[in-house]
This record gives sequence, C-alpha cells and structure tokens, in this order.
Amino acid sequence: MKILLVDDSKTMRSIQKKILAMMDPGVTFAEAGDGIEALAALAAAPEPFDVALVDWNMPNMDGLTLVTRIRSTNKKLPLIMVTTEAEKTRVVDAIKAGVNNYVIKPFTPDALTDKLKTTLARLAAAAAAPQAVAA
Amino acid sequence: MTTMTAPTINPKLIIPFVNSVRDVFTTMVNVQTTVERPHFKTMSTPCYDVSGIIGFSGDIVGSVVVSFQRQAAIKLVAAFAGMEMQPDDPDFADAIGELANMIAGRAKKDLGGNATITVPSVIIGNAYTIARLSDVPCLVIPVITAVGGFAVEVNIKQLKVA
Repeated sequence: MKILLVDDSKTMRSIQKKILAMMDPGVTFAEAGDGIEALAALAAAPEPFDVALVDWNMPNMDGLTLVTRIRSTNKKLPLIMVTTEAEKTRVVDAIKAGVNNYVIKPFTPDALTDKLKTTLARLAAAAAAPQAVAA
Repeated sequence: MTTMTAPTINPKLIIPFVNSVRDVFTTMVNVQTTVERPHFKTMSTPCYDVSGIIGFSGDIVGSVVVSFQRQAAIKLVAAFAGMEMQPDDPDFADAIGELANMIAGRAKKDLGGNATITVPSVIIGNAYTIARLSDVPCLVIPVITAVGGFAVEVNIKQLKVA
C-alpha cells in the first residue's frame, strides 16, 4: 500500500506512519507539509497512491482547498481528512468537497486504522459492483 | 465613585478546554492529567517557558496559549512523538505546536459557533509578552501531570454562540 500523508506537523506524520506501518508492514509513504506540496507529490508520483490522509489547517494551502483541487481532476483517489475540525458543518463541508471519510484528532491507533480499512473496503466494494451502487 | 467587580469564571469556557486536555493527553500522549482550580491572570507574559499559541477568528476571537514547564515539555514531547528531543530541535517546536493545535481545535467544537483557528506558533522562553484582548480576562487553567505542569491560558471572546 502506498499512502500520501499531508500534515504540516512532522510529528503528526511520524505518529501516523508508526500506526499505519504496524497495520501493514509493507506500506510505503510520501509526505507533504501543505496542500501545495501534496499536489506536487501527486503529480510526481509514478504510480497512483492508494489513499491520502489530509489535515485541514495547514499553511499555504489548507486541506479543504487541497481536496477540492484533487477532486477537480481525480475522482478515484481515496481521501481521508484527519483533523481537529470536528464541528458537523466542517465534516459536511469536507464530504461535499469530496473526502471519503473523516478522522478527528486526537485519535487512537485503532480509530485511524479502522477508518482507513473500512474506507478502502467500501470503495473497493463499490468499484467491484458499480451497477449495484448506481442503483 | 465607581465600583470594580471582579470577573467571574464562566464554566462554559472552562469545560471545553478541560475535556480537550484530558482527551488529547489520554489518547495521544498516554499521560493522565489533573486540572487544578482555574484563575485569572493579569500578567501578559506566559506562565512557563515553552508555549504553543493558537489564534481564533470568526464567531470566537482571541488566543489560547498552552504554556509548559520546560522539563514537563521535554518529557511530554518525548511521550507524544516517541523520541527524546531538546527544545532547540525544530521537531520539538513542531510537537508542541501540534499539541496546542489539538487542544484548541478539540475545545473549539464544544465552544460552539463558527470559528477558525490559526496554525500554531511556538515560542521557547518567557521573555516576551502576548497582546491579549483587553476587554476579556485571561483565564488560566493549570494542569498537573506526573512529569510536570502546564497551563492553558484562554483569552477568547465569543461573539456568537450557535
């Protein structure tokens, strides 16, 4: 699995890497400190990422803008917002922008890995049965 | 002759931060916290030596400063980040900033309204002053842990509550 971690906190990215590497020892990571770096990482990646974890509050380009920018050209990349922004209105805004799931900081390791697994499983099931989803 | 009335502590302001501190440190630092009696402060310098500062705007304006005793900060950052760091390490400030970000962000939801928070600023040392809102008092919420203390300094004003 190849994961893009987008968070302005290096500490938070390191914590996420430790948790996700325990979930899947074969996982590889790319990191970005803001939305602009994330767009560059996506453009430079030789193969698509399996999922991106995106913080909301970041300098230069925030996570919501990043999600909107990604979704303008890429409908398939699984996107999970990982943020302290916990208000319902914020969650709705993120879903409208195109995130597939939402993790609120602070989070337990299980909360992060469970959200990741369920998101990828749900999207895989939808891709395998597009008619059923459309119906 | 005018009479001055002492400000009263608003529980609706304290509880979101007490809950936030407990959640952040229990979930992501694995350290138990004990909140002591909140009080107001008049000094514009931070309580301790290592401070993460978050600004609020929108329906809530002002700032929240999470100010750590130096040795407490070193040990709490080690527990949070999983590695020992000294305050002159750039990653140390990053970790302090993320702790302040989570404390303020988690509390923001419970405060209500439509507010945004800034990315954190971190200052090591206490020889500086913080420009606070002059029309609301600065509430200090002292927190004790097994590795030392810190304080959450809340100087915010709710312009509109949802």
